Amino acid sequence: MANIKELTKKNEPLSGGHRACAGCAAPVVVRQALLASDKPVVVGSATGCLEVTTTIFPYTAWNVPFIHNAFENSAANVSGVETAYRALKKRGSFDKEVNFIAFGGDGGTYDIGLQSLSGAMERGHRMLYICYDNGAYMNTGIQRSSATPFGANTTTSPAGKKIPGKTQFKKDLTKIIAAHNVPYVAQASVGYWNDFITKVQKALATDGPSFINVLSPCRLGWGFPPEETMEIARQAVACRIWPLYEVINGTWKITFQPKEVTSPLDWMKKQTRFRHVFQPGNESILQKVEEQVEKEWQELLRQCGQA
Amino acid sequence: MVTKEKAARTGNEAMAEAMRQINPDVVAAYPITPATEIVQIFSGYVADGLVDTEYVAVESEHSAMSACIGASAAGARVMTGTSSQGLMLMAEVLYIASGMRLPIVLAEVNRAISAPINIHCDHSDTMANRDAGWIQLFSENSQEAYDNMIQAVRIAEHPDVSLPTMATTDGFIISHGMEAIELISDDEVQKFVGKYQPAHPLLNVDKPITAGALDFTDYYFEHRRQIAVGMANAPKVIARIGKEFGDKFGRYYGFTESYKLDDAEVAIACLGSTAGTARVAVDNLRSRGVKAGLLKIRVFRPFPAEEIANILKNVKAIAVLDRSDGLSNFGGPVFNEIRSALYDLPSRPLVVDYIYGLGGRDIFVADIEKVYQTLSDISKSGKIGDLVQYLGVRE
Repeated sequence: MANIKELTKKNEPLSGGHRACAGCAAPVVVRQALLASDKPVVVGSATGCLEVTTTIFPYTAWNVPFIHNAFENSAANVSGVETAYRALKKRGSFDKEVNFIAFGGDGGTYDIGLQSLSGAMERGHRMLYICYDNGAYMNTGIQRSSATPFGANTTTSPAGKKIPGKTQFKKDLTKIIAAHNVPYVAQASVGYWNDFITKVQKALATDGPSFINVLSPCRLGWGFPPEETMEIARQAVACRIWPLYEVINGTWKITFQPKEVTSPLDWMKKQTRFRHVFQPGNESILQKVEEQVEKEWQELLRQCGQA
Repeated sequence: MVTKEKAARTGNEAMAEAMRQINPDVVAAYPITPATEIVQIFSGYVADGLVDTEYVAVESEHSAMSACIGASAAGARVMTGTSSQGLMLMAEVLYIASGMRLPIVLAEVNRAISAPINIHCDHSDTMANRDAGWIQLFSENSQEAYDNMIQAVRIAEHPDVSLPTMATTDGFIISHGMEAIELISDDEVQKFVGKYQPAHPLLNVDKPITAGALDFTDYYFEHRRQIAVGMANAPKVIARIGKEFGDKFGRYYGFTESYKLDDAEVAIACLGSTAGTARVAVDNLRSRGVKAGLLKIRVFRPFPAEEIANILKNVKAIAVLDRSDGLSNFGGPVFNEIRSALYDLPSRPLVVDYIYGLGGRDIFVADIEKVYQTLSDISKSGKIGDLVQYLGVRE
């Protein structure tokens, strides 16, 4: 468990003044994650919103060592940094204890960087990969990714006259990484800071690779007022479209049970990307969403031994 | 006194041996024919504890170079090896390695690129990446492959250069061809390469840096210009290190190697293993009274334009042998650069291009003699005929 009073005493790892949109969850994700580390942190990031808004030369928002390489190789890049660390330590030319965290958006993680991530997880580098999942290619202007939810309107899955937004359900990346049998995998939401920070602490204490998929609402791409980011992030958990759980050495556990379960449709109503699915004639989309959320929840309960 | 040992080594074995003696901090690599053996042999060295290197068996060449970039930025001495499709898959990150000024050394085995898929030698892969900001050294044989690998470390890491460097061999012809080479002792290699002192290691957590930042219109050009300055500084460094290597180990290296060019009327310019074949052709022609000469280019990046112009200025006709085709309908890359290098000469030699040896098509002494014959005709008539020809292909 994290203590917010203690966290406030720590040095700010990511300074203000960066150029992320008002209401962007990604910098919050970064600050929460980095504050969770008791050791110095070296950070890598994929190309994407986080990287372009924090490293505009000659400025940088990063008060910790930071490296960006390309879009699809955040995991491979940081696996190289971590390997150098081990090599230099072995040779006695470096003597500090350091944590390594790689960030990527859903584009850089679910899609173009999946191979790089899979490879790094399989090889067993001692690094934490955090996917800040905002459900589309937001940096290039809201194009669909395999993390975009069913029905969502994006600029490449537009709600048209014949096709009502994205026609596929979201890829379940957290499960894919769990299938790599790495020691620590979790799903978190930026709206539940203590749950997330605690997960980061567990991940960093793991002797091996770890992965956290954190829901990171994008006010621009999802279409909600910037002050509602945290509320949207929490409601995704309450309606079970984004359950919070962790997999520790193969044991699945739900880490947060909402007191009152809401409908995913209520969550969707708050976002303009789903506006069209509430038009008459699209009832089947709503039904499919409800069915899918329920199906996935039951599957998760089974995996957690609670069904 | 320098310890020398004669040994039989293929090109791949020679490169792997050099890597063992250099004993880098990190090697991240992915196997590909015909370069597989380099990293395979090296991973054996790691498994047997003959090196201190951390070996990263990545899942692709893209990740190999990506991990090399991370490791090099962290402050490690880093090496890898690849070929063909592997180099092509790395292409995106090759540019990032040079853009971030990371002195990674790559053992590259020149091989054709798809399609059609082909595992044999040509220079298409290396030439396709000639503008990636990497220093490119070509080797004629295993000995040069071994010597180039050792020098590559010093060239890449020199603070005035700070650019990644690839030492190349020709697929199968050198990579799998066994020859007697002279090895330097482990101690001497270690002394020669010295200890890597990175200027701004990412791992310095007390002085955090941001690497790989975003430049807009206000800084990008300046940073790209600095890469060009690094490349412009490279010739002095390459020359100095080539001489130092020669002084210590008896084999001197420059940018080019001239063979019987002093009084030559006709000349061929080529890279890599073909130089050996061409040398035989020159000897044959010389015995028949033809004033033939050969220019072997060792350093293709940075391109030694001035040196080449100076060497070839008195030759009447030149044929460039290009083992890759730019598909520009205007000849291969070596032809274009040599021809351009000659432009400022007060009296320019006539230059033609021969695309040859694609996909491992053999080139014979007789083929090269025919080229010299054509050059003699060009020299006499002053007429070039076809500017670009394809040598040894069925039309």
